[in-house]
Amino acid sequence: MYGSAFIDKDEKFVGTAEDEAQLLEVFEARIARGEKIEPDDWMPADYRKQLIRMIEQHAHSEIMGALPEGTWITRAPGFRRKLALIAKVQDEVGHGHLLYAAAETLGKSREDMVNDMISGKSKYSNIFNYPAKSWADIAVIGFLVDAGAIINQLLNAKGSYGPYCRALERICYEESFHLKQGYDAFVALGTGTPMQREMLQDALNRWWPPMMHFFGPSDKLSVHTERLMRWKVKMASNEDMRQEFIDQYVPKIWELDFTLPDPKLKKNEETGVWDYTEPDWDEFFRVINGDGPCNAERIAVRKYAEQHGRWVREALMSRTPVAHVTPFA
Amino acid sequence: MINSIDPRIKRADLEGASGFGALAENENWIPFAVFHQDKRGERHEFVGTIHAPDPEMALLFAKEQYGRRKKTVNIWVVRSSDIFTFAHEDEDMFETVPEKKYREASGYPVRKYINKYLSEKDHE
Repeated sequence: MYGSAFIDKDEKFVGTAEDEAQLLEVFEARIARGEKIEPDDWMPADYRKQLIRMIEQHAHSEIMGALPEGTWITRAPGFRRKLALIAKVQDEVGHGHLLYAAAETLGKSREDMVNDMISGKSKYSNIFNYPAKSWADIAVIGFLVDAGAIINQLLNAKGSYGPYCRALERICYEESFHLKQGYDAFVALGTGTPMQREMLQDALNRWWPPMMHFFGPSDKLSVHTERLMRWKVKMASNEDMRQEFIDQYVPKIWELDFTLPDPKLKKNEETGVWDYTEPDWDEFFRVINGDGPCNAERIAVRKYAEQHGRWVREALMSRTPVAHVTPFA
Repeated sequence: MINSIDPRIKRADLEGASGFGALAENENWIPFAVFHQDKRGERHEFVGTIHAPDPEMALLFAKEQYGRRKKTVNIWVVRSSDIFTFAHEDEDMFETVPEKKYREASGYPVRKYINKYLSEKDHE
């Protein structure tokens, strides 16, 4: 095809069931060979739908994640920490833009995505519905939340959809700086005065439950999940990612003699699997559905930003009339 | 009533924004493809897309998005709608003969003929 790869998201497959079965076979074989799918390739409607949902939520999470951290830029202790935090927040917003661009190649416009977020229709990572009360919270977010994000993103970077993988490649590179500066702030408090240690312990106590929610409830074994894994949309089960997170990071927390608010948390030395108290999934779903400590504030801040940025967008736009096309890379 | 612990957000008129409806179509402008050059003499490489109303703003946003971290000496932007492409499903059109030695320097081993010629001359 020549020209712009416009993808109609409401497309209906025109052809016989036999044609579709054949296309599906080619599609699955390509993924099985480790090749990437590009925006102009045929793809099953469910593949497109799941990817839009996933990449869009990921983009929203980057933008929403910058809010609790952005709050602390003015109060960061010292110039070096302030520089690091400004750079991190700028990266996160940049990641949001990279991901919106990747999702856009699947045929949903950036405006539609932002509208679905501020209307509450589409979700973002639940952890950003909790408040950052002290500087120690920023250390814990920069260390643990970014660590969790890296586990998820490194896996997804090996997925099957080309534009998403390319965006993640760059994102992972920047996230490793985020994790390192978060760990640095964490260790600074953790090896500091009794008051600093107390502050950090308090932040750990509050962030541990949402961190255990971070990867979501254990997947139900379903045909749907199995298919998404075969299509390399979902690269690991939620529980496997949670186990990897605990295994890598709990020892780093215990090393500095901090505790985590779960008496059952312990590695089974025989199986190598970590035992833990089942997280409160009722709370998880309650907060996802809008009833968390910061949901209303986060959405209100996004609306505020859109409203107050509108005159700037309009002023710039009035210089040249534009017609939108879906990008294809 | 939102009671934020963030002093800046406390000062902002969040309630005033509650009436904000939705972004209009194209309010976030159009996509531009960005090409990044990290060193004089190197090629510009495609690195991703950004949204902007015109090429001038696209360059400014591309500088922030793709030039803030790694070494950058130059950036190109082009409207995504001005890029033309084949479809990936037609990739078989690039297939030609499997044996392409005739296009490579290594496909022309003249030395063995010269050696043969020279050795036959010696035996004459």
